[in-house]
Amino acid sequence: MNGVQVSTTVNGDVEEFVCHPGETLLEVLRNRLGLTGAKEGCGTGDCGACSVIVDGQLVCSCLVLGAEVEGRKVATVEGLADGNRLHPLQDKFLEHAALQCGICTPGFLVAAKALLDDNPDPTEEEIRYALAGNLCRCTGYDKIVRAVDAAAAELRKSSKKKASGRKK
Amino acid sequence: MRYEAPSSSKEAAKLLASAKGKAVVLAGGTDLLVRMKSGAVEPDLIVDIKRIGATQEIKKSGNGFKIGAGVSGARLGKHRALKKAWPGVVEATNLIGSDQIQGRCTMAGNLCNASPAADSVPAMVAANAKANVVGPGGRRTVAVEKIPTGPGKTSLKKGEIIESITLPAKAPRSGDAYLRFIPRTEMDIAVVSAGVNLTLDSKGVVKKARVALGAVAPTVLLVEDAAKAIVGTKLDDDALAALAAACEAACRPIDDMRGTIEFRTEVAGVLARRAALTAYERAGGKK
Repeated sequence: MNGVQVSTTVNGDVEEFVCHPGETLLEVLRNRLGLTGAKEGCGTGDCGACSVIVDGQLVCSCLVLGAEVEGRKVATVEGLADGNRLHPLQDKFLEHAALQCGICTPGFLVAAKALLDDNPDPTEEEIRYALAGNLCRCTGYDKIVRAVDAAAAELRKSSKKKASGRKK
Repeated sequence: MRYEAPSSSKEAAKLLASAKGKAVVLAGGTDLLVRMKSGAVEPDLIVDIKRIGATQEIKKSGNGFKIGAGVSGARLGKHRALKKAWPGVVEATNLIGSDQIQGRCTMAGNLCNASPAADSVPAMVAANAKANVVGPGGRRTVAVEKIPTGPGKTSLKKGEIIESITLPAKAPRSGDAYLRFIPRTEMDIAVVSAGVNLTLDSKGVVKKARVALGAVAPTVLLVEDAAKAIVGTKLDDDALAALAAACEAACRPIDDMRGTIEFRTEVAGVLARRAALTAYERAGGKK
């Protein structure tokens, strides 16, 4: 094969790998970098289980080639928690029982993170539209939507605290 | 298989022109990677055009907007000036897929994939958009409606790529709109679609019109008779009926699981009417 040598940043760490020209970013993450959070549901961009953020943009990693991320910044679900402290989205998913089998969960978390980075106070309708590219076949969407709404409220509270802390 | 990410369109054209075996252009990849996965295409060479500067820009000038072939739907949707000038084109492009797909999909890719149901294409055709093509023989500018020649087929020659799409400068008192029919609210392919672009005179009479239909023929159609039916009118009921009739007459759809010939034909007229009314309102016309 004509291997492609790639240097990129994943969750803040520099990663170097050689991949096949036709290998997807999802395959690279799972098989070469050991980051198995992103899942392959459909492999055709319909289910969102492989969602990651590349240069601030939410994408399906099954529809990105590994070779394309040279010099880019990739963020996966593994980078969501701060050490042992879960991200508010992860906390609220647990609290609201927003998962059953869990296969779709990493994709939902990453898509929800992308939404809240862009829009910290989404309406229920905005949450539902933003998560339309993520399929769940067991829990249903209600608990997931409520968890994202609760996490958004939590994040707004803590960013307010931070802001007022800075003023002092 | 080889992957190349050249930094100029000239270099991309050279790579594609001299390729032995199957060479493909990678923009957003939302169609290409699916086809590679299913085995429908097995490329020997993949030329990623996203490292070419011109494919990443949205440039505003006196001639309108030049939108790079690598600009994603998500980026278009955040561009205020573009949304204000061409809301129909931006809305049409933003209808493609989920947020994840929007992060990657491009107008030029949607055009080159050459699906008759491509959402951005009727809107681009109505807008009189041009494709800026670079090939081994140099540059040429092609009307967008001349690019697809049938499902999955384009008029681009070996070695040619679309570097960018130009949307003309917005004329005073003009407006555009795009509508599609799908059986739900999100995440589906157009069963029928219509794009309309109108320019009015100071009295609110339609001076110029372009009407395009999607998913009712092997390619997106520019329906000149439909435009003629409304030029010189204020979109009164008779004019709208004539517009719908002209659209129905232009339809050559297929019967499939998503819609029958009769359904597609009738809905084409309905959507064209509604899109025309929205375009009229956006152009400042009052009913």
